[in-house]
Amino acid sequence: MWRQAYWDEPLITEYKGKGRQGFLVPKEDLDVEIKLPEKIKRGKEPELPEVSELEVVRHFVRLSQMSFGVDTGMMPLGSCTMKYNPKIEEETGVADRTHPLQDQDTVQGNLEVMYEMQRWLAEATGMDECSLQVPAGSAGELAGVLMIRKYHRDQNRRREEMLVADSAHGTNPASAAMAGFSVIYIKSNQEGLVDLNVLKGTISDNVAGFMLTNPNTLGLFEENIKEIAELVHSVDGVLYYDGANLNGILGIVRPGDMGFDIVHLNLHKTFGVPHGGGGPGAGAVCAKGKMTKYLPYPIVSKGERYYLVKPERSIGKISVFNGNFGNLMRSYAYILGLGGKGVSMIGRMSTLATNYLIAKLRGVRGLELMAPHRFRKHEVVFSAKKLAEETGVTAFDIAKALLDRGFYAPTIYFPPNVEEALMIEPTETEPIEVLDQYANAIKDIVEKAYSNPSSITSAPQNTSVGRLDQVKANHPSTMTPTYRVLKSRLASQGRK
Amino acid sequence: MDNHPWLPNISRIKDMLREIGVDDVEQLFQDVPRDLILRRELKVGYDSPLPEEDIRWRLNQVAERNLKLRYPPFLGAGAYPHSIPSVIRFILSRSEFYTAYTPYQPEVNQGLLQGLFEYQSLMAELLEMDVVNSSHYDWGGSLAEAVLMGYRINGKRKVVIPESINPLHEEVLRTWVSGRELEVVKIPVGKDGKIDLDFLSSLNSDEISSIYIQQPNFFGVVETELEYVTDWARKNNVVSIMGVSPLSLGLIKTPGELGFDIAVGDGQELGIPLNFGGPYSGILATRMDMKLVRQMPGRIVGMTQDSQGRRGFTLILQTREQFARREKATSNITTNEALIALANAVYLSLLGKEGIRELATEIYKRSHYALKRMEDEELGKRKWESDFFEEFTFVFRSDYDRIHSELLRRGIHGGLRLGPREALFCVTEVHTKRAIDDLVNAMKEVA
Repeated sequence: MWRQAYWDEPLITEYKGKGRQGFLVPKEDLDVEIKLPEKIKRGKEPELPEVSELEVVRHFVRLSQMSFGVDTGMMPLGSCTMKYNPKIEEETGVADRTHPLQDQDTVQGNLEVMYEMQRWLAEATGMDECSLQVPAGSAGELAGVLMIRKYHRDQNRRREEMLVADSAHGTNPASAAMAGFSVIYIKSNQEGLVDLNVLKGTISDNVAGFMLTNPNTLGLFEENIKEIAELVHSVDGVLYYDGANLNGILGIVRPGDMGFDIVHLNLHKTFGVPHGGGGPGAGAVCAKGKMTKYLPYPIVSKGERYYLVKPERSIGKISVFNGNFGNLMRSYAYILGLGGKGVSMIGRMSTLATNYLIAKLRGVRGLELMAPHRFRKHEVVFSAKKLAEETGVTAFDIAKALLDRGFYAPTIYFPPNVEEALMIEPTETEPIEVLDQYANAIKDIVEKAYSNPSSITSAPQNTSVGRLDQVKANHPSTMTPTYRVLKSRLASQGRK
Repeated sequence: MDNHPWLPNISRIKDMLREIGVDDVEQLFQDVPRDLILRRELKVGYDSPLPEEDIRWRLNQVAERNLKLRYPPFLGAGAYPHSIPSVIRFILSRSEFYTAYTPYQPEVNQGLLQGLFEYQSLMAELLEMDVVNSSHYDWGGSLAEAVLMGYRINGKRKVVIPESINPLHEEVLRTWVSGRELEVVKIPVGKDGKIDLDFLSSLNSDEISSIYIQQPNFFGVVETELEYVTDWARKNNVVSIMGVSPLSLGLIKTPGELGFDIAVGDGQELGIPLNFGGPYSGILATRMDMKLVRQMPGRIVGMTQDSQGRRGFTLILQTREQFARREKATSNITTNEALIALANAVYLSLLGKEGIRELATEIYKRSHYALKRMEDEELGKRKWESDFFEEFTFVFRSDYDRIHSELLRRGIHGGLRLGPREALFCVTEVHTKRAIDDLVNAMKEVA
C-alpha cells in the first residue's frame, strides 16, 4: 500500500528565526560610496526569510517528498509524453558558464552542438532547416503561425483564417489568435479523423493554413494526410504540424514526407528533456522549402567555423538569446545515448506499449473506445461516460483513485470531442510489468465503482492531502495568490 | 538492437504482439500510406547508441572547443554571471521536482505547488507587487505578454518603449506583437542617459496602450524620474510596465512603490547559471486589481484548503488558460519555466532579507570600482554622468575591437561592443578585485 509523505510544513516566510542567512555574500574591501539619489532608493526592506542553509535544504526536501515525478511512478499523461529522463542528461552542464553574447569564436563547442541538433531534428522531421529559438511548444506554434502570416503578406495578400481540428490541443487556436488569425474548427468524423468533406467545404482563398497534429489527440493516424495536404496547398495555404504527438511515429513516417511545411517539436516530450514540474522545456521550429527563410533567428550555419545567421525573411526573435540551450544539451545527450538505431525504435516501441495497454483494458465494463478497430499510436482515449451514467463515478474520480494507488492520473476531459475522457500515453520507457499494473489498477477502480462507488468518489486518501477546495481557491474574496495578499487581507479584517 | 537501457520492452516484443493479436509491429502502422513510410533508419546521433563514457567524452570535447576564460566574462546585457549557491543544484536535482509535470493533480503535488506559491510570494515581496505568476520563458517574453495584456485591457494600439531598452528585448517584443499589429513608439534618451520626460507630453495618449521603462536601463543607467511616468500613465489610462533587474531591488525603489501596474524581469539573476542564454525565467507581476489579474497569462498557484480543512495549494484562475479558453485564452503559454522559478525561491530564501541588500551593495561597489580604475588609467571615460548599477557604458580613447581581441588572447572576455569605441561592461560579485585589476591592467597594456 503506497502512502505519500505528509509534512505540516510552514511556508518559508513563516519560519521564525531572526538574523540568519543561508548564503555568504562575497565581499571585497573597496573604497566606494553609494551615491544613488535618495528618491530612487528602496523604501522598506523586503520581507524575505531569515533562515540558515540547513533550514532551506530541509524545507525544500520535505516539499519534494510531497511531489510526484516520473522517477516516482508511471505518469501516462496523454499528449505529454512523460518518458523516463536518462540520468546522463544531468551531466551536460559543461557550458553553463558561457554567456550568450560571448564572441562566437569563443563558443564554437556550443554552436557545434546547436548545429548538430538542427541537422538531427530536420532529419527526424523531414524538414530542410530548424531554429532552436523556441523555448517550448506553444512558442514554436506562435513562431509557426507568424511565419505563415508573413508568407502571405509577402504574396501581397491578407489571409484571415486559420483552420484547426476540433480535437486539437488548446494551444493551436490560442497561438493562431495571438498571431491575429480567426480560428475555424474542422469537425472530426465518426472515426475521429479530419472529415475531408468538411475540409473541402471550408477551404478557400481566405485560408492561411491548417494546424494539425498527426497522430491526432485520439492517438489515431490521419490516414488521409496526403489529400489533406493537397487540399491545403491547392489554395497556397500552409500546413502546420503540431509536434506534441510525434513520439508515436518517430522513425516510421516523417511530417515533411506527409506534406507538412512547418513543424514544431517539444524536446521535453519527444527527445527526453525532463518536464521540471511544468518547465523549462526546449523546442525547435523547422521548415521546408519556401517557408525556410521565415524561421526565427539566429540559426547556426557552418563554414570554416560555426556562426550565427538570420534567415532572409525571418519573423524575428522568439526568445532573448539562444532558446533553452541548457535543455538542448540534455536532449543532445539523449539522442547520443540512443543513436539513430535507438531513435528509430521510439515510434515502434511507444505504439506497441499503447496497443498492449488497450488489449489489457479492452472490454472493461463502463469504458468505451471510439473506432475500436483502429490501432492507436502514442496514446489512447477511453470514455468513462457509460461508467459515470451507471455508477456516478467520473473520469475525475478515476484519476484521483489512480493517485491513491501510486500512479499518476491520465490526462482527463481532453480532447473535447470525447465525453469523460481518459487520455493515456504510456511511452516506450515503461516496462511491460508496469503496464500490467496500471491496467490492473484501472480494472480494480472500475470494479469498485460498481460495488462500492463511495470508496472511489472519496479518493484520494493516500496522497499528502485530500481534494482541494477550488471555490475558495478561485473566489475573488478568498483568492490567495501570494503571502502578501493573505497578510493584507488579514490586516484589513483586523486580524494579525 | 536486442537491448537498450531506455527501451525496456525490446526483449518482450513477441509477448506484447501476441496480447494485441498481430504478428508484426509494422501492422500497427497499417493506416500510414505505404509510400510515406520511411524505409531506413534516421540519421541522428552517431548511428549506434553511445555508452555513457562516450557521451561524457563528447561533452568534454564540446567544452574544450569553447575558449577557457580566466574569469567570468565582463558581459551583462540581459544575462549576468553570478555566484550560484550549491544548495540550488541539490534541490533542483530532487527527482520529485524535476521529473514532475505541471501540477494539475494537486493532491499528489503539494510540495511543488507550495514551492511555486513561495516563489510567487517571495517575488511579490521583492517587487512589492501583489500577484506573480509562475513564470514565462524570459524577460523578453514577459514583456511581450505584459504589452498584450495592456492591449486587451484598453484596446489601444500604440506601445511606448524607451530608446534605452535592451535591443534583444525589443526584438522579442516586436516579433510577439507583430500578429496584433501594434505600433511601437520610442522615447528618446536625454543627455544624462535617462528617458526624456518632455517627450511624454508630445504624445497623444488616446492612442497609447502601454508604456514600458527598463530599470536599470540597457546602458546601466539608473532611471530616477519614474513616479512622473506612473502619474502620467494613470492620468491618461495607459498601462504602465516596469522591467527591472531583480537583484538591483536590494537597493533600488520597487515597481510596487513607484506605482507600476505590471512588473517584468528575468529570474536568471536569482541563482541561475548563464547556460548560454537559457533556460532563464520570465517574471510577470501585477497589482491585486481584478481588471489586471483576469488578463494575466500563465499559471498561478493559490492557497486553499483540502477536504479535511488542512492548508493546501492548487492552480487557480485556470479558465484564463489555453486548454480551457482556446482562442479566447489570455495566452498560448503551457510549458513554462517552473523549475527555474522554484530555484529563484530557493535562492531568495538563502540570500534572505539582509543578503539581498548586501549583494546589491557589493555589485554596486565592484562595478563602480571597475569604472573608476578604467578612468584613472585614462583608458577613456564613462558615457553618462548619471549613476548606474552593475553595468556601465564606457567610451574608449582608442579602437575597442583591438583591445577586445587582445583581452581574449589573455583569456579575458571584455564588455559588449556597442560601437567602434564604445562598450558595455558588467561587473558583479563573481569578479574579484584581482580580476578587475587584471582586466584594467591588460587593457592599459594594449590600448
